[in-house]
Amino acid sequence: MSVDVARREPPRVSGGEAEHGHLDELRHDPIGLMARVRAECGDVGQFRLADRDVVLLTGAEANELFFRAPEEVLDQAEAYPFMTPIFGPGVVFDAPPERRREMLHNQALRDKFMRGHAATIADEVGAMVGAWQEAGSIDLLDWFAELTIYTSSACLIGGKFRRELDRRFATLYHDLEQGTDAIAYVDPYAPVESFRRRDAARVGLVDLVQQIMDRRAGGPAPTDEDRDLLDVLMSIRDEDGTPRFSTDMVTGMFISMMFAGHHTTSGTAAWTLIELLRHPDELAAVRAELDELYAHGEEVSYQALRSMPRLEAAIKEALRLHPPLILVLRVVKEDMEVEGYHVAAGKLVGASPAVSNRIPEDFPDADAFVPERYLEPRAEDRANPWTWIPFGAGRHRCVGAPFAMMQLKAIFSVLLRHWDFELAQPSDTYRNDHSKMVVQLAQPCVANYRRRGAVSA
Amino acid sequence: MKVIVDRDLCQGHGVCESEAPAVFAVNKKGILEILDETPAHDLRAQVEAAVSFCPTHALRIEDEED
Repeated sequence: MSVDVARREPPRVSGGEAEHGHLDELRHDPIGLMARVRAECGDVGQFRLADRDVVLLTGAEANELFFRAPEEVLDQAEAYPFMTPIFGPGVVFDAPPERRREMLHNQALRDKFMRGHAATIADEVGAMVGAWQEAGSIDLLDWFAELTIYTSSACLIGGKFRRELDRRFATLYHDLEQGTDAIAYVDPYAPVESFRRRDAARVGLVDLVQQIMDRRAGGPAPTDEDRDLLDVLMSIRDEDGTPRFSTDMVTGMFISMMFAGHHTTSGTAAWTLIELLRHPDELAAVRAELDELYAHGEEVSYQALRSMPRLEAAIKEALRLHPPLILVLRVVKEDMEVEGYHVAAGKLVGASPAVSNRIPEDFPDADAFVPERYLEPRAEDRANPWTWIPFGAGRHRCVGAPFAMMQLKAIFSVLLRHWDFELAQPSDTYRNDHSKMVVQLAQPCVANYRRRGAVSA
Repeated sequence: MKVIVDRDLCQGHGVCESEAPAVFAVNKKGILEILDETPAHDLRAQVEAAVSFCPTHALRIEDEED
């Protein structure tokens, strides 16, 4: 009876007449493109990406369908061709939800390890600010990207591996993240500069890991106390005695383990600081909260796991306005219907945190930085579980979200209590670079620091 | 009160288990087991904390009419 309705194609957004459809626009102004899809088409609309249609879903109803869909209907594995050359062959992009749950339970992200991680992170921040003068300036992208290489390697792989890394690892890792041009939807190995640098960076990382493995192979056997994931991987051998994992595979595993938590946390830390500096009243409220919590010299390892409503609200608001992932994608494996539109198998379907997080019906004054919206009774994140989606939602929700929140609380516990900051550039010059699928701050993005209290002392 | 879990949302973080160990347990495979689907009233504060702090908002309480 409703065959015609069920077969109704989602409307198409304007533009996209070029050879690869909307690819060029996606590479230059992705948020503008996606906001136009919603403005012209509503909750369900399509744009063209190389040889595929992308059905973009926004709003609570469509997002809920997207985030609840099982693997058999919406598959994540094939949706990100730009990640394959970064991880390398044989390293899966994503595990199914059942496996993710097992991994979460067995690995470093478990709730019971959080306190130790908080102490590790506080130490890493302390080591980096230990190199600061009384006053100076930092590039926010470089500084937080380097810090989060150290924190994620220390927490996820082990302290011993972390101590074998230096800035070179962070620099190469940054080249990998920059090698995520959407032109990968035409050809992941297209002859462009960012892909050339990406491939050279991966070779460089394998070389660094090889040097570390060589040193370990020639040194004393690890003790139970300092054994880390690299020792474990090096110890696994096939029946004929040869190592099970090549250096290339080990490096690929480490790259993939660190990837989800790196540019995301780094960018969120930078944006939280920028927004707090743009809003001195909010900064004062966060600082008062921290000063009170730490008034009696408590350890960060303990406090970072406790509730910090003002700081958490500022972080959540930075995440809402500047989500690290602006578009999440799946491949449609079985025909589906969304709000009366037919979405055929083979298409890509996407949800956009950048667009859904700013729907004014759900988030009043949607473009403004208003941390109060997370305080009771508004609690707009909990009230809008399908549109407040910086971490995604449902079965594929970021399993590292509690770790990320703890990490950010630990970072700011150190930075804001002991240092004053100010923006070194006009406020509106801090913006994201959207030319790659991995969104990062555009440089320059400099902030000045000064030891707290040094002025009045 | 009755405890309801949305299995599409639960990822087995285990926060509920910490808040209300008599009601929730996460097994070795990371799957949540509800030990007591209709907890007694004196557990209400614990269960409310579990619902409130669940990182994926997968839990809710349903109050029966009586």
